[in-house]
Amino acid sequence: MATQEWKFTTKDIAEKPDLFLSGHRACAGCAPTVVLRLIMKAIRGPTIVTQATGCMEVVSSIYPYTSWAVPWLHTAFETAAANASGIEAALKALKKKGKLKHEHVDVIAIAGDGGTYDIGFQALSGAVERGHDFLFVLYDNEAYMNTGIQRSGGTPKGAATTTSPAGTAIPGKLEYKKPIADIMVAHEIPYVATASPYYWRDLLAKVRKGLEVEGPAFLHVLAPCPRGWRSDQAKSIEYSRLAVETCVFPLWEAVNGQYQLSVASKLIALAPQKKRPVTDYLQGQGRFRHLFTPKNKHLLEEFQRVTDERWQRLLAKCGITAKT
Amino acid sequence: MKSVVKQERMALSGDEAVAYAVKQSDVDVVAAYPITPQTIIVERFSEYVANGEVQTEYICTESEHSALAACLAASVTGARTFTASASAGLALMHEMLFVTSGCRAPVVMAIANRALSAPLNIHGDHSDSMAQRDSGWIQLYAENAQEVYDSIIQAFRIAEDVDVLLPIMVGLDGFTLSHTLENVDTLPDDAVKQFVGSRKFPNVLTHEGKKAPFKLDPETPMTMGPIALPNYYFEFKRQQEEAMKNALSVIQKVNSEYAKISDRSYGNGLIEPYRLDDAEIAAVCLGSTAGTMKTIVDALREKGVKAGLLRLRTFRPLPIEDLRSALCNVKAVAVMDRCMSFGGHGGPVFHEIRNVLYDADVRPYVVNYIYGLGGRDTSPLELRSIYSDLQRIVAAKRVEKPIQYLGLRE
Repeated sequence: MATQEWKFTTKDIAEKPDLFLSGHRACAGCAPTVVLRLIMKAIRGPTIVTQATGCMEVVSSIYPYTSWAVPWLHTAFETAAANASGIEAALKALKKKGKLKHEHVDVIAIAGDGGTYDIGFQALSGAVERGHDFLFVLYDNEAYMNTGIQRSGGTPKGAATTTSPAGTAIPGKLEYKKPIADIMVAHEIPYVATASPYYWRDLLAKVRKGLEVEGPAFLHVLAPCPRGWRSDQAKSIEYSRLAVETCVFPLWEAVNGQYQLSVASKLIALAPQKKRPVTDYLQGQGRFRHLFTPKNKHLLEEFQRVTDERWQRLLAKCGITAKT
Repeated sequence: MKSVVKQERMALSGDEAVAYAVKQSDVDVVAAYPITPQTIIVERFSEYVANGEVQTEYICTESEHSALAACLAASVTGARTFTASASAGLALMHEMLFVTSGCRAPVVMAIANRALSAPLNIHGDHSDSMAQRDSGWIQLYAENAQEVYDSIIQAFRIAEDVDVLLPIMVGLDGFTLSHTLENVDTLPDDAVKQFVGSRKFPNVLTHEGKKAPFKLDPETPMTMGPIALPNYYFEFKRQQEEAMKNALSVIQKVNSEYAKISDRSYGNGLIEPYRLDDAEIAAVCLGSTAGTMKTIVDALREKGVKAGLLRLRTFRPLPIEDLRSALCNVKAVAVMDRCMSFGGHGGPVFHEIRNVLYDADVRPYVVNYIYGLGGRDTSPLELRSIYSDLQRIVAAKRVEKPIQYLGLRE
């Protein structure tokens, strides 16, 4: 499909009708619903959405109500990418036979971290290997929030969840967050990006780019969950910003494997003094509270060190010489 | 009125017969993952795709779970879809089988029936599809490669009927049918295309209050596969049961309409009685075993034994009335299961037949034979012994041992 001109101004966005509608049952302060609303502001034409089981599926489709003003399909937890494959193949076949009313229909698959890093990973890896033309959006709230805050492959090291509690012997999750977006870049797909709802214009642009490329695109969006993060409902968007400003969750995109920093992170790369300590982000999140006790001081230090190392590696991938 | 079309006789294995029928049925999307003894189906179909003989989008998924998820999604997008599996592959689909029927996606699937692990075994029995009995799929079992071909074509019509709208699996015994070359009379492409027709969609009310075809269409947005809580879930399930009941008449209708163009039918589509009218003793079986059983019945009849056979073609929906009226006048019935229900009282077909006969005015004696697991060969001699046992049961007026194992070392 021909690339369309896109410019997302506040006015454009305000005027564009919502396709993810209010009335859903999400908690107060839920960032993933903000992400969904933004995604649906960025679509370019007829679109079918398929979604994995998870919070966002459950809160938006309680029969007989729905928050979806586009055709929408949910089938199971691990099937978002497989469903997208089927929808895309069906559209192709119907078009070939002259049975499709539209010139083109975009396909978006949406899943949480459980449906992406863990149970849905095989289907995701298979679907992008096959090269289906679809955008996969991971809304990452860093645990299985729908079932009550259990750890996932996307939960950061040190975070307390109900299956990686901060106990007297074990201080929360022991393993690092899986670098899922890099793993998707390793699949050699045309477009991979990270985004945060605080930087909404960047997020919208990335959704649109993901739809415009031919072939699979993967968008990793950090989406704070006040219930699971044990954080202030009013601060979800603030944490979305702090994650970027501390370089815990830098914003970048990889177009045909070429990494480049997005504006918010690029500004930090150019002016390293702007890079804030990870404690600015971790403080106030109940899931990290135990890290601020004297005996876990080394874990906080490790969090900073690993964040710095990952940031340096990212800068290298973006061809930016590290400044100290 | 018959308008039988000219047919071409081909030498096809059961698997090849499936692939050929799918090729002719104007299928939009095939998503599948290879597994013995189903593999030839996807291999042959891949050749059709590679040679440009079909317009089908073929997705080689990374698992059976994704294969069915893709078929389901393609189906609700409006595509005619097909997949094939067996054994472990079908077991891996288990979760998605329920989702497919619950989403009312008329996916057609061929099952080259094979044993389940452990121990690993690639040979034929019915453990795989019987384990999916309650998944909300229609289940047909074919007797030979000809019926495999005919049933796959019929399956699209049955599944996609707007009064049914349920997925369907067609079972063909692993290796016995899947890999054995037989003469198969095939219909011309245009006759099949005309018979299956194009997909039909019932009109439903969207959340915007519009009447629209039941599929994912950007013009008439629809939310499919929602969450339904205790206040609605139950009604969804009841509707599936209603659709199953509707399938009973649709299967019969399709069977007789197909007979008009092919001159072939399989009983009434649900059951196929063989020399059963005046039979005093009878066996009930599924699939390819019926072929051998028919020759045994013929031999016994020649000796004056009033033996008969009932081949159950449609296991789901279970043709309760047909079974009862066909069997209620028999004195003793042997039910054959190529599957075990561990810890239960006999195999799954036995459960059904006993259940059906409970409401008969006069109940025949019923005995269960479990046989042929993991591809164990069952000889004509062993099969014949079933009828001798039935004669003894009738004479003794009692069933001494209701659950029997045929051809087993104990």
